[in-house]
Amino acid sequence: MTEFVNFYLFPALTIGSIYALGAVGISMIFGILRFAHFAHGDLMTLGAYGIMAATALMPVNPLLLIPFGMALTISSALFVDRFFYRPLRDLPTIYTVISSFGIALVFRSLIQLVWGSENQVLVAGVRPPLVLFDTFRVSVLHLQAIVTTAIIAVLLHYFLTATKTGRSMRAVADDPELAEVSGLDTAKVVRWTWIIGAALAAVAGAFAALNTSAHPNLGWNLLLPMFAAAILGGIGKPMGAMAGGFIIGMAEELSSYHWIGDEALISPSYKTAIAFVIMIGLLIFRPQGLFKGRLL
Amino acid sequence: MELTGLFFYIVSLLILGGIYALLCLALNVQWGMGGLFNAGIAGFYGVGAYTSAILTTAASGRHLGGFSMPVPIGLVGAAIVAGVTGWAVARICVRLKSDYLAMASIGIAEILRLVFVNESWLTNGSLGVSRIPRPFADVTTGRMSDVAFLGFVWVIVLLVYVATTRLYESPWGRTLRAIRDNETSASAAGKNVEKFRVQTFVIGCAVMGIAGGLSAHYFRFLSPTATDPLLTTFLVWVMLMAGGSGNNKGAILGALCIWTIWSVTEIFTNRLPPEWATRSSFIRMLLVGLLLQVVLQRFRAGLLPEKPAPMKFRKE
Repeated sequence: MTEFVNFYLFPALTIGSIYALGAVGISMIFGILRFAHFAHGDLMTLGAYGIMAATALMPVNPLLLIPFGMALTISSALFVDRFFYRPLRDLPTIYTVISSFGIALVFRSLIQLVWGSENQVLVAGVRPPLVLFDTFRVSVLHLQAIVTTAIIAVLLHYFLTATKTGRSMRAVADDPELAEVSGLDTAKVVRWTWIIGAALAAVAGAFAALNTSAHPNLGWNLLLPMFAAAILGGIGKPMGAMAGGFIIGMAEELSSYHWIGDEALISPSYKTAIAFVIMIGLLIFRPQGLFKGRLL
Repeated sequence: MELTGLFFYIVSLLILGGIYALLCLALNVQWGMGGLFNAGIAGFYGVGAYTSAILTTAASGRHLGGFSMPVPIGLVGAAIVAGVTGWAVARICVRLKSDYLAMASIGIAEILRLVFVNESWLTNGSLGVSRIPRPFADVTTGRMSDVAFLGFVWVIVLLVYVATTRLYESPWGRTLRAIRDNETSASAAGKNVEKFRVQTFVIGCAVMGIAGGLSAHYFRFLSPTATDPLLTTFLVWVMLMAGGSGNNKGAILGALCIWTIWSVTEIFTNRLPPEWATRSSFIRMLLVGLLLQVVLQRFRAGLLPEKPAPMKFRKE
């Protein structure tokens, strides 16, 4: 039991938090702009490297420097949207998907050009785990990630239900034509979608980089489970995407727990495959997701 | 001596150019005719490469094999296995918006990569499969076998070109383009949209498998690092977009142009001082990424735009 909590449950919740934060952006962009944003993983990588660059200047806890990462991802997302995605908006959305696929490569090669392609650690050294109730040993980082994600989920829920901008975003995600004729400012909604999506991508990238290390493929490797999470939660349902992220993260990590006998249930080298299998299952049986998202 | 060096450089350039031309023709069936976004080209390419390699190599204790089949049978096997993989993906995803097919195809490419790395009984893991035979191995020796292989590759390119062009002009191809341009009206006209899309995707994937098989026979060695999945997939997309989606000649031209630019710039960047040489490969990737954006925004039709064949009617 203790082993399960220490080595499986908390890491699983951490991975789940990372997926959840990334999937919110993917789900909102898919719901509002109607395309699968393939550069979202690399946006996360960009955020992680932005924070890393800031730590070189200010030697404080990297989590305090997340705003720098956010500034970088938000400005890049708005720039890319203005110059690369918006000109294609009148075409079928698949052109924007292709464009975002290219942007993913552009982000990555820029990162490699500026910071090199080696693995880099944000914080050197080992930090002792926190001991709870004398039995559970939890890494401080895992706790930080889970708590931060919980706070963000509450704030996001408040934003989407109580503010005017948030409500317009949900309206556009539900029915863009109706929202437009009702006089909602679509351009503003699109801008806020990018700002929130990119800001959360920076947080997710920070935790992903702190959890392992920063490398140029960091975000790309997380893209598939995040897509699965966004579909699981229902496209255009940010809170659903959060739940989806946690479910996918738990499923991936807990699949290598020795549930039956002494062997891992599924070899850890096939962890990524779990997300894919869940995604395929959803596409066959319930493409609108668990929480009745839009089926585009 | 300079001249023979240059000659064999051009030979190797054209061999790989031919393999990319096949990938481009395959993608043209899927995207140019069918409007399907395949983001997992490298996966189907890899599955073809491994199938053909395993079927044709002599027995080896390190991976599944020992079938020692002739190369053409290996390529047919590659086409079948890649086609079946594509069928499984397409069956699930074609009824949904094309974005879902893109996500699932990236997923399948990733899973296949994991299989190649982890299942060492099948593929010898990251150590790879070696001693893959080349066609005409008994009649040619040394570097002449490169020239023979060049001919072999381009004969296949020609065959695929003729076949895809026939497909494009056939009633089947016309239906496909109708579906691509207006799905609702095509299905109102009684066309089974899903069936046509699945067929397109499978044909494309099978050709990608053949291209993968050819690359395995060319390099004679295959390991999971043989292809950078993103780069292969991405280059093929840029090639098709720049060459002209929907036009088979454009697909081949795009493949040759982009591949030539890609490999010739490598020669120049390799002469740079070491710290710049490593960075320059990122600059090249960056530029190709930006090239795709320019093509998407300004020259969507490509070098050779799509030109539907005139309708031919039988004379009374």
